[in-house]
Amino acid sequence: MNKEIYNKYIIRLADDALILGQRLSEWCGHGPILEEDIALANISLDYIGQATNLFKQASVADELGRDEDALALARMESEYNNALLLELPNGDYAFTIARQYYYTSFYLLFLERLKQSSDSFLAGFAEKSIKEVRYHVQHAGDWMLRMGDGTEESHTRIQEALHQLWPYLGELFEMDDVERATVEEGYGVDRSLLLDEWKMKLSDLLSEATLTLPESAWHHTGGRHGRHTEQMGFLLAEMQFLQRAYPGAKW
Amino acid sequence: MENQNLLEKFQRYVDAENKIEAKDWMPDGYRKTLIRQMAQHAHSEVVGMLPEGNWISRAPSLRRKAILISKVQDEAGHGLYLYSACETLGVDRSTLIDELLCGKAKYSSIFNYPTLSWADIGAIGWLVDGAAIVNQVSLQRTSYGPYSRAMVRICKEESFHQRQGYEIMIALAKNGNAAQKKMAQEAFNRWWWPALMMFGPSDANSPNSAQNMAWKIKRHSNDELRQKFVDMTVPQAEYVGLTIPDKDLKWNEETGHYAFGEIDWTEFNEVVKGNGPCNKQRLQTRNAAHEKGTWVREAAMAYAQKQSERQKVSAA
Ligand SMILES: [Fe+2]
Ligand SMILES: [Fe+2]
Repeated sequence: MNKEIYNKYIIRLADDALILGQRLSEWCGHGPILEEDIALANISLDYIGQATNLFKQASVADELGRDEDALALARMESEYNNALLLELPNGDYAFTIARQYYYTSFYLLFLERLKQSSDSFLAGFAEKSIKEVRYHVQHAGDWMLRMGDGTEESHTRIQEALHQLWPYLGELFEMDDVERATVEEGYGVDRSLLLDEWKMKLSDLLSEATLTLPESAWHHTGGRHGRHTEQMGFLLAEMQFLQRAYPGAKW
Repeated sequence: MENQNLLEKFQRYVDAENKIEAKDWMPDGYRKTLIRQMAQHAHSEVVGMLPEGNWISRAPSLRRKAILISKVQDEAGHGLYLYSACETLGVDRSTLIDELLCGKAKYSSIFNYPTLSWADIGAIGWLVDGAAIVNQVSLQRTSYGPYSRAMVRICKEESFHQRQGYEIMIALAKNGNAAQKKMAQEAFNRWWWPALMMFGPSDANSPNSAQNMAWKIKRHSNDELRQKFVDMTVPQAEYVGLTIPDKDLKWNEETGHYAFGEIDWTEFNEVVKGNGPCNKQRLQTRNAAHEKGTWVREAAMAYAQKQSERQKVSAA
């Protein structure tokens, strides 16, 4: 197995989890109702937990000998490989929920495939995470229905969010050399094969929620190769502040 | 005029260490005091999420981030239990929240102080949750059943909160580098006195205490609890090498307690009145979250309404 590719793959997964966890945690104390503060904190904790496991795994073969915190909190922006979708600022609650539904419904399908991975770490990771992500899909799906089929305002907001986020979805299904190599080696997932099933499930939910599926085929890309949105720098400046201000300190 | 017989019967029942339940007869004053106290307590949990939540996005390690999120999440849960405990006495959560948002209801003044460094997160867990535990352990024996049970549940989680805070302080003040030690001492200096103020005015200046003690709503006086906290915390501070910012603090062999200096009651009163460093910001933040959430709550209600109508139609 090519160790370098394996580590790149793990870092991509870890960055997705970390950046989404970071964004979701921003809601803590600011949610629309106390129950949602609790739910989003819970979900964010799941992602921070997943990121921790993945970064620990990546640190095993890291050529610079970095531990999970150095990997998570002290790389340069161009070394982060998360999907752009996950770094976008939270927006209103509709935007957060639309992203949650889009992403977690994809991620659940991804993990179900990853469970078949020939790599025992990844297979175990997937199996454990599926249990968490099932709840995340449920949570976001319930809110999609409430917003879509709630009031006129909520309907407009969630539909608008679905449109705004749509161009960031394609990146989740992209295959490049790294992704293809992981599939060839038998431990990675062919993301492109998930698209049809994902779209089918999505349109079922959207029609129940009286919402429509955006159509544009074009999408943004770059996250997997370290080219981010303008918002990423601010996210990192905040997230990395202590690691940068006190290099080498233990906390 | 409340029936003297009922009052006496109530007092005997409480004196025998029975718990009062929601449907039991209770004096109006008892009900009012409890609603006010439990609501204040609930609001404190919710507003208390803000100063610590302030550092979630900047937590220095993955582990610390996860611990802090789950701690702040616990506080939201405590708010929920306590609002439900209030509801047993016939006031609903939205009324109570409106009173908080318009500034009519109070919450613990401690949350009107700012969290300026990561060490403040350690100081809050250790000192603020530590002080809350002293208070809440005492309240586990409060005479109102739902409040007492909420306290039992909450205390289980509070000890984790206190431990994680102290652990942060150990990492900084005992095992940290010079900059971390400085950060820890500065945070300790800022939080020590406000933590002592958490127990409220001195016994000499607590007009309601006697009645609340007689009804066993309150089980220990403010000064007793404050002393307990000081005795517990001073050795912990010494262990990590922090200096108590009080020149009058010393061990008193005779009493078996630490003697400590006078609290700045002017500061205490000003913060209670709304003039603390963050009173305005905390309320603004809560109001902003509430207003931004209005359409979300409305959507949930509208959807639930539609669903129940659909069910009626399909059942018919
Ligand atoms: Fe609490
Ligand atoms: Fe707490």
